[in-house]
Amino acid sequence: MYQRNLDKIAELSSHSAMGVSGPNCDLVNFSEYISKNLKLYELSNDGMKLSTHAQANFCRGELAKALRKGPFQVNVILGGYDAKTPTGGSLYVMDYLGSCVKANFGVQGYASKFCLSIMDRDWEEGMNEEQAVNLVEHCIKELQLRFLINQSNFIVKVIDKEGVRTLKFGADPVDN
Amino acid sequence: MARRYDSSTTTFSPEGRLHQVEYAIEAINNAGTSVGILAKDGVVMASEKKITSGLLAKARTSEKTYKLCPHATCSVAGLTADANILIDQARLRAARYAYQYQEPIPLESLVEHVCNYKQAYTQYGGLRPFGVAFLFAGYDEAHGFQLYQSDPSGNYSGWKATVIGANNQAGKSLLKTEYGVSKKKDGDDEMKTEDDVPALTDAVIEMPDVAEACRLAVKVLNKTMDGAVASAEKLELFTMSLDEDGNCVHKILTEEEAKAVIAEVEAESASAGDT
Repeated sequence: MYQRNLDKIAELSSHSAMGVSGPNCDLVNFSEYISKNLKLYELSNDGMKLSTHAQANFCRGELAKALRKGPFQVNVILGGYDAKTPTGGSLYVMDYLGSCVKANFGVQGYASKFCLSIMDRDWEEGMNEEQAVNLVEHCIKELQLRFLINQSNFIVKVIDKEGVRTLKFGADPVDN
Repeated sequence: MARRYDSSTTTFSPEGRLHQVEYAIEAINNAGTSVGILAKDGVVMASEKKITSGLLAKARTSEKTYKLCPHATCSVAGLTADANILIDQARLRAARYAYQYQEPIPLESLVEHVCNYKQAYTQYGGLRPFGVAFLFAGYDEAHGFQLYQSDPSGNYSGWKATVIGANNQAGKSLLKTEYGVSKKKDGDDEMKTEDDVPALTDAVIEMPDVAEACRLAVKVLNKTMDGAVASAEKLELFTMSLDEDGNCVHKILTEEEAKAVIAEVEAESASAGDT
């Protein structure tokens, strides 16, 4: 029996979150491992938070460390907002092999075959929140039209200077 | 009787004291002095180099000031041999943090790590404490320029200006009266005793710039070195500041540059005497 409403976007700190794709066991295990380690950092450093850049590199390092032992079969999109950096928001895309790039958009999983091209065409420098959400919804719509697998539920989260918030659930917000 | 509690660091004496740790702290009070001063655009550290023999070949590298990573440097008072172990630890910690997070380590985190290492030697059996006190000067994104002091017990604290080593009390009292108020009080402070000087609060203190801090550091060393006039070969001046790209610049002043600072201090004190 499949669960249709699993929240795969783990909140790492007050201003960052990580979307993970992969087998459910690794997915849950890895996102908890990363988020709890970052929480530990905050506790042992007087509440000081790591920047998104540092969080992404920590995450990447853990993937690379695990690769030669028992790899986490997860691909990750990690985003965060830093009040101190001039650009504010930043997004990092990484795979289970431990490669990591800072990008303007990212998609993981089978759906990336459809969505990356849409993002590539429609993403623009300086988009506002509304435009970005519309782009994401465009991708979802396209998936539901063309994709072999029926995916009815999507959760959308927004990270800005106020922190992480859930913008919308899918059709079935049970358990969320 | 006291001897029974001297040999092992792990044992409290009946008065509730750890003698070995106290002796280690005391040992540093006889070591070459180091002054640290926080400036508004950087940090200055000045150390006394004790010249043991004229026959000794001149060291090619610094003996008192060690760079730990691109944004932190420490100054040593005490046993250099012990310090080397701790400096290795600090460098390792800084490098590992940078490797893990691809970002410079927050300075306090680095200081805390070294101090935890020191503390372990005051608690586990069969070890003696490190006979070293440090001044850490550094910069990080969160808190800007910072200055920390640590002692053999593993305690550390942040300062605007402080002194470790021989005569540190005399040095601290000079800093107390002169740090941040030297300019404003120029000329009218001669009649004042120490008690008249208003308590230093954040409102009163106007932080010096690096050049001013250098002069104040030399002044303090002049005082702690028991009247022996500080000469360029007997002291080491270190400054840390930021360049226009926001990178840390570490600099140990050359003998000529140090001489220039000393000359300025002498000129200043001579003119102060005239009025």
